Amino acid sequence: MKTLEQLLAEHPFFSGLAPDHLKLFAGCAVTLRVDSGEFLFREGELARSFFVVRHGSIAITSVTPQEGLVTIQTLDEGDILGWSWLLPPYRWHFGARALEPAALISLDATCVRTKCEHDHEFGYEIMRRFAQVMASRLEATHLQLMNVYESRT
Amino acid sequence: MARPEIFFPAVSWIRLGGLMPGPGAIAPRPAALAAALLAQADLERLIQLLARDHRVIAPVVRDGAVVCDEIRTAGEIAFGAVTEQAPARYRMTMPGDHAARWPTGPPATPWKRVLHPSELTIWRAVRRDGRLVFEPIDSGPPRRLALVGVRPCDLAAIGRLDAPLRDGPWPDAAYAARRRGMFVLAVQCTEPCGTCFCASMGTGPDAGPGADLVLTELDGAGPARSLLEARTTAGAAMVVALGAAEAPEDAADEAHLAVDRARARMGRALDTSQLPARLLAHFEHPRWETVAKKCLTCGNCTFACPTCFCTTVEDRLDLAGETAARLRRWDTCFSVDFSYMHGGSVRLSPRSRYRQWLTHKLATWHEQFGTSGCVGCGRCITWCPVGIDITLEAAAVADTAPRTGPTRRTGAHP
Amino acid sequence: MNPAPEIATATAAADGMLPEVWRVDRVRRETHDTFTLELGPERPGSERAFEPGQFNMLYVFGVGEVPISISGDPRRRDRVVHTTRAVGRVTNVMSGLKTGGRIGLRGPYGTPWPVAAAQGRDVVLVAGGIGLAPLRPALYAILHRRNDFRNVVLLYGTRSPGDILFRQELERWRARFDLDVHVTVDRGAPSWKGNVGVVTTLVQKAPFDPRNAVAFICGPEVMIRFTAAELQRRGVPLDDVHISMERNMKCGIGLCGHCQLAGVFVCRDGPVFPYSRVADLVTQWEV
Repeated sequence: MKTLEQLLAEHPFFSGLAPDHLKLFAGCAVTLRVDSGEFLFREGELARSFFVVRHGSIAITSVTPQEGLVTIQTLDEGDILGWSWLLPPYRWHFGARALEPAALISLDATCVRTKCEHDHEFGYEIMRRFAQVMASRLEATHLQLMNVYESRT
Repeated sequence: MARPEIFFPAVSWIRLGGLMPGPGAIAPRPAALAAALLAQADLERLIQLLARDHRVIAPVVRDGAVVCDEIRTAGEIAFGAVTEQAPARYRMTMPGDHAARWPTGPPATPWKRVLHPSELTIWRAVRRDGRLVFEPIDSGPPRRLALVGVRPCDLAAIGRLDAPLRDGPWPDAAYAARRRGMFVLAVQCTEPCGTCFCASMGTGPDAGPGADLVLTELDGAGPARSLLEARTTAGAAMVVALGAAEAPEDAADEAHLAVDRARARMGRALDTSQLPARLLAHFEHPRWETVAKKCLTCGNCTFACPTCFCTTVEDRLDLAGETAARLRRWDTCFSVDFSYMHGGSVRLSPRSRYRQWLTHKLATWHEQFGTSGCVGCGRCITWCPVGIDITLEAAAVADTAPRTGPTRRTGAHP
Repeated sequence: MNPAPEIATATAAADGMLPEVWRVDRVRRETHDTFTLELGPERPGSERAFEPGQFNMLYVFGVGEVPISISGDPRRRDRVVHTTRAVGRVTNVMSGLKTGGRIGLRGPYGTPWPVAAAQGRDVVLVAGGIGLAPLRPALYAILHRRNDFRNVVLLYGTRSPGDILFRQELERWRARFDLDVHVTVDRGAPSWKGNVGVVTTLVQKAPFDPRNAVAFICGPEVMIRFTAAELQRRGVPLDDVHISMERNMKCGIGLCGHCQLAGVFVCRDGPVFPYSRVADLVTQWEV
C-alpha cells in the first residue's frame, strides 16, 4: 500500500515539488473512489476541496434548459480538477461527474489555504502550478470558442 | 550586294552556336553572331521573310495608343509614335522629327496577350448517352510566332513568364505551344519614357538573352539606319537572307553608346539591393495602409504587367446541356475572390492585396523563380488610374530602417 | 489587339489541364455535410498510384472543378476515394451524383505525407474535422506495414459527435492493440461518453516519445498552429511536424497563381509542408 505522499508524488501536477511541500499537501489529502454517474460536486455548491485524478474519467458539466446536462470538458488520469476553492466566494461554477468508476485524491480546501497563508513559499508554488493549469484550460477554451474545425473543406 | 555578315565569317555560325545565351543565362553584352546595317527598306524585307512561316506581331497604332498586333507589312508598325508616360498618364503623339523611328517605350499592351491570351477556351467536355468526353481545343497558333520590336524590358518579361508557364513540372500547354519556335526581334532602347526603370531592374535598356535579332537605332543625319545583330543561328540566318549592308566597324560602339545614354535618362529608379529582404522585413509597415487608401483594387496593374500570369477558369454549359466549355482568363490578386476558401477570403483588405502583389513581384518571386518578377517597364505606373508608383511604394517600405524586435513570429502564441 | 481566332490543330500538346473520365462507383453520406466518392477509371489503363496526402482535381460536368484530397487506400490503384464537405456549388452537385455517373479527374498532385521518413519512429497523426480524410491514406499505409513503425497514435477532434468521420472505422482502429486512437469533441451530446475538449489537449498525454516521433497534422490552420505548439511544448522538433495546408486552387499544378503563399505554390510545393517551413507564414494576418 502506497502512502498518500507517494501517490501525490506520482501525479504530474506535483512533480518536482519539494519533499516538505509534498508533506504539507499529504496532510490535507484523502483518497476517494466514485462510481460511474456519481457527482463529485454540483454547480453552486461550496468548493470544499479539489481533486487529483488518478484513474477514470470525469466530466465537467453544466445544465442548460434545452440540452440538460452538458459536458464542457473531460478530465482523466494525470489531470487536476477544480480551482473554485482557491478564490472567493469558493463556490463551484460547474459540476463534476464521473463518466466511469474513478480513483481520486481529494485535498481539503481550508486545510490547503491555511497552509498557504502560513507558508507563502508553499502558497506561491501552488499558485504557480494552478496558473499553468488555468492557462492551458483558457487556451483550450479559446479554441473551442473559435470553432476551429469548421473552416476546412 | 553587301556582305551579310561582318563580325564573324559565315562558317563559324554553327561553331558559335554554343555562345547563344540560353534561358536564364546572364550575358552582360551578348556576342553577335552576325551584324548588318539596316535601312528602312530592309526592314520591310525582313518582315516579309518572317511572314513566310510566322505570324508576325509588332507594335502598331490603335485608338491613339501603341499596342501589339499582327502585321502583314512593316508599314503597319507604329513608326514615329512618341509616347509620353507618367503616373496615370499616357499620351501618344506623332511628331514629324521622329517619323522613321520605333515607337518609344513599351507598348501599352504587354506581349503576354499574344503568348498567354487574356481569354482562352482550353477544352470542351461533351456528354452524350451517359458518357463524357474531353476534347482539347487549343494547341497554340497554327503558325509560329515572330515578335518584332520587343523592348528589352519586355524581352526579359518573356523569360520571367517562361519560368512558371513553360519551365515548371507541368507546362501550360497553350503558352508552351505559342512559345515553341518563336522568333524575337528586340529593339534596344535609346529613348526611355517617364515611367521606365529597366536600368534599375537590370533588364534594359540593352537587350538581354532571349532575342534572335537585336536592333539598335543609330543617330546621325540622313536616312534612318539601325544596327541589326544576330544572337542566335536563326537570327544569323535571317541576316544572311536579308543581304543588308555591312555594318561599319564602329557601329557596334555607336549602338552601345546610344543605349548607354538611355541608361542615364530613366524616368524612374528603384534601389534593388537586398530588396526582397528589405520589403519582407516590413510586412506590417504603415505604408501598406496608406497606399491601400488610394488603391482602387481594379487590377489594372496586373493586366498591364508583362509578367503577371495568374488565371482563373470558368465552366460554361450550352443550352442543350450537352457541351461544356472551360474558359480560362486572366485573374488578378487584387480581387477579393482570388484568395477565397470556404469560410472567407484570405486577403480581405485592400492593404493585404496590394502588399501581396508588390511583395510577390519584387520579393517572393525571387524565392520562387530566382529572379525579380518586375522588369521595370513602368506599365503599372502609367496605367494605374490613380497613379500609384511601384518604385515609390517599394522604396517607402524598403528604405525604412529595420524595426527592433522580430518582424516575423514563429509558433503559436495565445 | 484583335481577338485572333485560336484554331485547334490535330496534335494536342500534353495538357495538364485536361481531365480524364472516371466513373462514379459509389456516393456515401458520411455526416450531415460530408460525403465520400468512390471512383473507378472509365478506360482500362487509367489506374494510377497516389501517395498519402495527395489530392485530385475533380470536375463536375458543366459546374466546375475543385481540389479534393484522396481519402482511400493507396494500395488500391483501380479505385480512388475522396471525402469532402458539400459546401460550395461544385461539391454540392457532386454530393448528388449517382452511381454510374461520370466525373473528370486530374491528378494526383501535391506533396505526400513523409510516411517513409517515419519508419522506425513513433507516428502521431492529429486530425481536426474533415482533416481526417487526407490523413486516412497515411494511416492505411502505416497499418499495412505496422511493424516498420513504433507507437502509432491518432488524435482526432471534431465540433460535435455528429461531425465524426469514418465512425465505424475509428471503432475498429480503436479496438486494435497496436494503435492508440483518441477522439474528442468540443461539445458532447448527452449520449456522448467520450472526451470533451479541443484536440490540442490530447497531445500532452498521448503515448509517444517526443524525441523520436514524427507528427502529421491536418485540419484548419488555427488547429494546426496550436497543435504544433503543443507538440513543440512536448519536445517534438518542428522539423518533425508536417502539416497539410489549404488555399484557393484553380489549376492544381502551379500555373494559375491562386495558391501562391510567399515563396511557394501550395498546390505544387505542398499541400504537405514541414511546419518549420511555413510557421512564419501561418501566424501572420492576410498573407
